Amino acid sequence: MSDDLSHHDLSPDPEESTTQSLAESTNPHGLDRRTFIALSLGAVPAVSLATSTVLEAKAVAARPAPGSATVPVRLNVNGTERQLRLDPRTSLLDALREDLALAGTKKGCDHGQCGACTVLIDGRRVLSCLTLAAMASGHRVTTVEGLAQGDRLHPVQAAFLKHDAFQCGYCTPGQIVSAVGLLAEGCPDDPAHIRECMSGNLCRCGAYPNIVAAVREAKGGKVS
Amino acid sequence: MNPFSYTSAGRPEEAVAAVSRHRQAKFLAGGTTLVDLLRLEVETPDHLVDINALPLARIESLPGGGVRIGAMVRNSDLANDPTIRKRYPVLSEALLSGASPQIRNMASVGGNLMQRTRCYYFRDTNYPCNMRVPGSGCAALEGYNRIHAVLGTSEKCIATHPGDMPVAMAALDAVVHTRRPNGTERAIPLVDFHVPYGEDPARESVLEHGELITAVELPAVPWFARSHYLKVRDRASYELALASAAVALDLDRDRIRAARVALGGVGTKPWRSPEAERALAGQKAEESTYRAAAEAALRGARPQKDNGFKIELAKRTLTRALAVAAEKKV
Repeated sequence: MSDDLSHHDLSPDPEESTTQSLAESTNPHGLDRRTFIALSLGAVPAVSLATSTVLEAKAVAARPAPGSATVPVRLNVNGTERQLRLDPRTSLLDALREDLALAGTKKGCDHGQCGACTVLIDGRRVLSCLTLAAMASGHRVTTVEGLAQGDRLHPVQAAFLKHDAFQCGYCTPGQIVSAVGLLAEGCPDDPAHIRECMSGNLCRCGAYPNIVAAVREAKGGKVS
Repeated sequence: MNPFSYTSAGRPEEAVAAVSRHRQAKFLAGGTTLVDLLRLEVETPDHLVDINALPLARIESLPGGGVRIGAMVRNSDLANDPTIRKRYPVLSEALLSGASPQIRNMASVGGNLMQRTRCYYFRDTNYPCNMRVPGSGCAALEGYNRIHAVLGTSEKCIATHPGDMPVAMAALDAVVHTRRPNGTERAIPLVDFHVPYGEDPARESVLEHGELITAVELPAVPWFARSHYLKVRDRASYELALASAAVALDLDRDRIRAARVALGGVGTKPWRSPEAERALAGQKAEESTYRAAAEAALRGARPQKDNGFKIELAKRTLTRALAVAAEKKV
């Protein structure tokens, strides 16, 4: 079981965020992939996860212990009102992934250094790892799951696919949401400015040239 | 992360009262420093008062021509404000050189003044640190100290103040406005706001517990339009300064009537340099003058074993910043 879990759990799947309309892969237990992961993370203690699941295991381990007084948190996530009671230490990132089962937003460094957790709050790109869920209460949160209109991808998602702007895909949801935020900020179209405007999102695979090309296309600038 | 309770304040006086009530309470603004340090357990407050809803997010022109910046104005909004870009370009440039777009959308002016050092020994609770645990010692003195300060250090602390915005504000004669627990307000010149880490690492600023920054005011000085921020770092973006310079020049053709100079990345606080300003005043605006000012600014610098390069780097950074400012079309 742990082999299946670790494989499915860590296999960074760019399709998860970029082409959500594609059919979900299934695991040998017959559950769809996302349900399986959500169930596994909720039900399996971190210690039983295989070592290759270190990123997700850390997400579980970093979760505040229960016991502190909870606070009411009211979030509008991708257009849906959600009411939660959370330990005040809960980050917006953990609330999205673990309480709302929106695992598209990724936990990279959990310290504001990588951008994998980028979401929009009231249309502005921010880091959900450095935002307590309670700080976002009463605000509009947009995650990568909220960008497509049904089967129609957001232009930034389509541009990332067209330009193959990812390899492993782990940073991709953050890159895409960050680029959507960028579109509203008036970043100039030339590659140097786009690199600067996207500097808050790291990609360890080094897909930067294709990311820049995708962002330029989404901005309507000339793609070289 | 240690447990804490959480409330949100709607009015400044409410926020001040809420923090004053708990000895270990803290204000929570953008969270970009505090949430990170909570997770590292460098910060262990028992109560947080969220001040993001306070009505302090306006940038207003003052009757005398100055500008009042609310403490909750976000860094990105301040950087892109047309008045700031035109009249105080050094401030806009400093803000845009700091952190990443996401963090600039979160970080507030008041919070940015309270940003804590990025010294890795401060951020790691396995090491002694006089800032984190007063009296425990300074691991950076004998450790790897390439990023550490050369100005304002002591055997107690050699951490570098991490800010860009505060360096620009130091050059611009900014004044910090606060509300105190006893209900009074006060105005603190920015150059007096930060306490050099080397002097008292446990203090960092002159604020008392529960005192809230409400605004920063910039004076009406027309020649601050001729100002510039130059930041030198290991990466082109999303990186702290190894050395930076905020400068403003009052030029009468090729003669410098007056100047403002502050340095970042090299000091234990945002480092205003009256020595450099004196070396510039009345002199011809040319390379040799700038270099003389840079020599004056770094005269008191003391290198550690890994950061000696910062002294020459800071001099060249300041020299270049002055040259660029002098050439600016305003």
